[in-house]
Amino acid sequence: MTGVLPITLEESRKIVQALLLSGKEYVCLMKLHGDMPEERVRAVLKEFEDTIYQRPPLRASVKRQLRTRRIYYIDFIEMDGRNVLFKVGCEGGTYIRMLCHHIGEVLGCGAHMQELRRTRAGPFVEDEGIVTLHDVAYWFMEWQKDKNNTVLKRFIQPMEKALALVPKIYIRDSAVDAVCHGARLTAPGVVSLETGISSGSMVAIFTLKGEAVALARTEASTEEILNMEHGVVARTKRVLMPKGTYPKGWRSGEV
Amino acid sequence: MPRSVAPWEVERKLVVKAEDKTDPRYGYNPEERPAQEYIKFGVINLDKPAGPTSHEVAAWVKRILNIQNVGHGGTLEA
Repeated sequence: MTGVLPITLEESRKIVQALLLSGKEYVCLMKLHGDMPEERVRAVLKEFEDTIYQRPPLRASVKRQLRTRRIYYIDFIEMDGRNVLFKVGCEGGTYIRMLCHHIGEVLGCGAHMQELRRTRAGPFVEDEGIVTLHDVAYWFMEWQKDKNNTVLKRFIQPMEKALALVPKIYIRDSAVDAVCHGARLTAPGVVSLETGISSGSMVAIFTLKGEAVALARTEASTEEILNMEHGVVARTKRVLMPKGTYPKGWRSGEV
Repeated sequence: MPRSVAPWEVERKLVVKAEDKTDPRYGYNPEERPAQEYIKFGVINLDKPAGPTSHEVAAWVKRILNIQNVGHGGTLEA
């Protein structure tokens, strides 16, 4: 299986959790075990654009209990004999091999996954800044010659890119270090934020320079936060920025 | 069930609550981080080849870049 596999380096490993939960898109080649008319295949694929049940396979890295996964869309691409090509957008953790098996059962003829290519993992897509292992080795060697940062940018992206789909709250410099120490974000620290945040949403807290500070869970919606003068806006869940990057913005009793 | 909106199809706008400036003496615009920092806070959008496991591919990247730790976002079976 090939395709988009975001690799997190050093500090950016802290955002892996956000990537694992993010949606995925695949192009899948499914092999039918019997002949089926195209209209029937198209109709059955549409039926799977729903919340589906899956039990993780015997060889899996998670607990084998029945769980639900959302299939956002399945787009039929083409069919040649018993080979069916389709594109599927789904929640993170959906087993495509199992999806093919279930599609085969509904069709009645049986089916299995023949080939799979991941075309998206969260904000990372295959036609934007994707590199091969050879590219990584080559560009890294080139960079070592003259340490030119434009060369580095040809194959490495800032970890903030990985959070592109997570709603953001931008905060004042003076609030940054407190959040780096795990403090809750309060209303006076908020400068701007994105629409569509509801209470309990996972958000990314960013500096005004666009650096990721932490992942947090909100206690209020976009509209509520806009009108809040004090109180907790979000609880810090995962700190991404090292402490001390920004100066301490609060008064300590010891000073 | 109608086709639902995927997370990457959601459009968000920025709304301003207060005005403030950031002090250029602290932190960096992510695009302007010095090389070592840029790598440390970096992500590679890798095209996984067929054959090796996601874990093996991550280990190769670790060796190529000669760094201590790498992770990967979502196993893509071999």
